[in-house]
Amino acid sequence: MDNEEIFDIESRLLLEALYRVHGYDFRDYGEASLRRRLANWLSGSGFASLSEAQGRLLRDRKLLDQFVCSLTVNVSEMFRDPLFFSTIREQVIPHLKTYSFIKIWHAGCATGEEVYSMAILLQEEGLLGRYRIYATDINEEVLGKAREGIYPLKEMQRFTQNYQKSEGRSDFADYYTARYDHAILMPSLKKNIVFAAHNLAVDADFGEMNMVVCRNVLIYFKAPLKERALGLFDRSLPPGGFLCLGQKETLEKREICGNYDELARGTRIYVKRYR
Amino acid sequence: MSSAIVSRGAKRFRVIVLGVSTGGVQALKQLLGALPADFPLPILVVQHISPESGDGLARLLDELCAVRVKEADEEERMSAGCVYLAPPNYHLLVERDGLLSLSSESPVNFARPSVDMLFESAAAAFGDGVIGVVLTGAGFDGGQGIRRIKQEGGMVIIQDPDDAEASSMPEHALGLVAADHVTSLEQLPALLKQLLAEDQAGRPWSRGQGKNRLNGGESQ
Repeated sequence: MDNEEIFDIESRLLLEALYRVHGYDFRDYGEASLRRRLANWLSGSGFASLSEAQGRLLRDRKLLDQFVCSLTVNVSEMFRDPLFFSTIREQVIPHLKTYSFIKIWHAGCATGEEVYSMAILLQEEGLLGRYRIYATDINEEVLGKAREGIYPLKEMQRFTQNYQKSEGRSDFADYYTARYDHAILMPSLKKNIVFAAHNLAVDADFGEMNMVVCRNVLIYFKAPLKERALGLFDRSLPPGGFLCLGQKETLEKREICGNYDELARGTRIYVKRYR
Repeated sequence: MSSAIVSRGAKRFRVIVLGVSTGGVQALKQLLGALPADFPLPILVVQHISPESGDGLARLLDELCAVRVKEADEEERMSAGCVYLAPPNYHLLVERDGLLSLSSESPVNFARPSVDMLFESAAAAFGDGVIGVVLTGAGFDGGQGIRRIKQEGGMVIIQDPDDAEASSMPEHALGLVAADHVTSLEQLPALLKQLLAEDQAGRPWSRGQGKNRLNGGESQ
């Protein structure tokens, strides 16, 4: 048996143990990408093997949090895929405006960039005080960063370009204060956002939503876990509710597919049917 | 030809993975345009491309080539005679069961998609069943990945830097591994056809020589 095969056996054992002890379920994550992240974590961890790390990971909460953080993908941008945000602005907001109060679940929010982007968009569309965003992630460490709303200043150039391409109505610089090499988002953007830990692999849905946003999260899941997460979203959405996926994610082949129509082909914004 | 000789179990190669950057559009036109529609393997391609480009390149190549060319979809099963391009702004990876997967992880070597990401996943999934190809490109993406392919017993083909529009990617790769073949773009289609014809005939690799750990299940 070569090292690669031993590594695979060790990682399966570790993921099973983590699930049983801590309830973190990575067993249905796509292997190719997970294997790489496990190997990256291991190489910087000081442990010689995953088996050696396992005992500590099962007992040391701090090490576990750091491990979970490196196993999940926490890459995000403000107004990532500007076309998505301009489509929301033009085609979804008019529907949402017909409700007196709007609830949005942003699942897998990572460090919060897309959540704040949505808050900016909603405020620009005159919905201030009429929405609440539930922003969830599996990972406490990234949720902490999301709550802070502080990002490296060097990112702002790209975020500003994205914002402009998404047909933002204002000057993006109005939304943050630069301090040293960081950009601090306006505290008023944080109002009406609830950041909370939620694990799509094991936790339940938690209320009716007008829109669920879950972009570039399902690509890391194998089919059974995809189905589970989509089931939660489906239970949260009433007819007319919106489900927003990533540019390369689709409902095709999924169990809930028949309950939804795509807003326009390729938008990956799905509207739940009235039966 | 007896069916015993061409039986699936005797075949070594499962996939071709190909990395290309600067000069890639022309190189891909030339290479893929020379392959027949019944090409016996799937081909996974990372061409460095701007995050905002659409699927225009895949559609252009599909029109020009006999093999089918498309942008990879997540959870899509790779099949022979089809070329899958990594979508702009996503890494492309392959799983052991032959399903393609995408990732929005950080750029690797300043690139998303990254050649290294694809190559490393293919090496881990298919061991010596991989043919890795590095073509023209600036930068050094693909070097680590081609080394992994070699370590796992795969076959390494690198474009002759003198023949490449941008030589640094092939040069960097050549500095890291002993290539099985260094070739011009013009010779590459014939080389692939020859390698695969030998493979189909059960030569020259005997069974058990490699570390092919495919558990079956992927379509070809």
